[in-house]
Amino acid sequence: MARYIIKRILYLIPVLIGVTLLVFFIMHLAPGNAAQIILGENATPDQIAALEKEMGLDQPVIVQYLRYLGGLLHGNLGNSYATGTSVTTEIMARFPYTVRLTFVAAVFSIILALPLGIIAAVRQNTWVDSASMVFSLIGVSMPIFWLALMLILVFSLKLGWFPVYGADSWKSIILPAVSLGFMNMASIARTTRSSMVETIRQDYIRTAYSKGLNEREVIMKHAFPNGMLPTITVIGLEIGQMLGGSVLTETVFAWPGVGRLLIQSINGRDTPTVMGCIILMTISFALVNLIVDLLYGVFDPRVRTMYR
Amino acid sequence: MTMNQSVTSSENAGKRKGQFSDVWKRLSENRAAMAGLFFLIFLIFMAVFADVFFDYQKACVDLNIAERLQWPSRAHWFGTDEFGRDMFARVVFGSRISLSIGFIAVAFGLLIGGILGALSGYFGGALDNIIMRICDIFLAVPMMLMAIVIVAALGTSIVNLVIALAIACVPIFARIVRSAVLSVRDSEYVEAARAVGGRTGHIIFRYILPNCIGPIIVQTTLRIAATISNIAALSFIGLGVSAPTPEWGALLAGGRSFIRDSSYLATIPGIVIMLTILALNLLGDGLRDALDPRLR
Repeated sequence: MARYIIKRILYLIPVLIGVTLLVFFIMHLAPGNAAQIILGENATPDQIAALEKEMGLDQPVIVQYLRYLGGLLHGNLGNSYATGTSVTTEIMARFPYTVRLTFVAAVFSIILALPLGIIAAVRQNTWVDSASMVFSLIGVSMPIFWLALMLILVFSLKLGWFPVYGADSWKSIILPAVSLGFMNMASIARTTRSSMVETIRQDYIRTAYSKGLNEREVIMKHAFPNGMLPTITVIGLEIGQMLGGSVLTETVFAWPGVGRLLIQSINGRDTPTVMGCIILMTISFALVNLIVDLLYGVFDPRVRTMYR
Repeated sequence: MTMNQSVTSSENAGKRKGQFSDVWKRLSENRAAMAGLFFLIFLIFMAVFADVFFDYQKACVDLNIAERLQWPSRAHWFGTDEFGRDMFARVVFGSRISLSIGFIAVAFGLLIGGILGALSGYFGGALDNIIMRICDIFLAVPMMLMAIVIVAALGTSIVNLVIALAIACVPIFARIVRSAVLSVRDSEYVEAARAVGGRTGHIIFRYILPNCIGPIIVQTTLRIAATISNIAALSFIGLGVSAPTPEWGALLAGGRSFIRDSSYLATIPGIVIMLTILALNLLGDGLRDALDPRLR
């Protein structure tokens, strides 16, 4: 198991180097000159040239990239063009907000999705099944930012239950988390249903019933753990989607997380911060997927033996 | 509902025309998928003939302050915006932009990803390794973030939006086409085609791709849905189509400022986006079932 984890982490390294390379060169295509952005409109060409030299922007791109990578290995993501402070500090101040939002959204979506999917599977081809699947199809099709606006309209502006934006109290997280988690809830429910439909047709389920167990015990003890694997995969993928989706939710609700910082830095042409946000989100995405793969071993003893 | 007819080898050997009518028959029995298909046909019809029903100049350019911010009524089905322009006309003109960007971006993604995937699957070895490792790198960044970065770097314009969204689709299609090609690469009819001296390109396009078209069609439908949603999302955060052009996400973003008193401005474009994506998802699911009855 330990060897497998190490192998997976080592495999992440080339992928992350690739991602930094890719994002670095894409951002390098961006028009506009960094020194000009920092110094403002009125800077003289001499001042710009001097700052470029100081920042190493007069070097070839590849040298700039290697220098960036060297900094990255020491946890140094450079300084923000907008504020001059360290990008690492700035992102780390925002990251807990995004983690909290994603976590609450994930818990919300899983708590709702699992019962929905399981009930739909157990009552396959009844109205309960159709209703829950129509519900989740609508959920999959709904744009996150539109749902966010509708939640604000109903629960903040009309009913006044929750704040419209910000992150001041525990109430502030409810609407962003619901809007972020809703789409994922729908796809987790769909996957749970289809894998449970397959599981409850297995011979061992029939055996469990014929032992005289009641339906509840059969479903929860025998079918559920076995039908979980595809659901776990989807949950992992969905958490990655949420990191992307958090950009939208955070923008709508002015939630002070990394997603909002990303959009602000794009608008301010703050390349080091943009890079930092993307790299952080990519690493988080990769780690979530790694954890999901490792969870496979916890839920499925057959997978565990393969790790050796 | 229980169609457990397994695809036997004799069916496989049948004429492709027969296969298509089989698929169509199964698809037409799926009411949800047909509803999706009809909605899409209706949307495309409205988008193509928008000029017949509405005046672009009046709907998208001219101001008519006297009629600003009117709630939906018989005269204005979807109400009017802050400049007094008819929202129904704007949504219809918006469908042109949203649908065409969606279709074109996915078409490019499919073309490039398909070629890469076919080469990767057919030749294997080092080429396969290189292409797939590059795809891993692209897939390591969530699709939405990748599109955001590309648009941010290239600048906001419709062409750059298409490029960003197409690039975001490429690795997904490359993987699907690769695994589809792998599944038929070593079958007898491909070997036979090779034995009679068929050229590689000819073999891939004539024998391999037509036989693994199912998952590709399904994924294309679902990707168009995801891409239309992403276009709207990018426009909403100001990185896509900007204000005067009536794209759905831009309409929604414009309605955001008036949400307190004129909530229909944000509600209606959102419902249209949702119905379009729902229709594509229903059609995609239906196609998946119709193309591979074993999955049911």
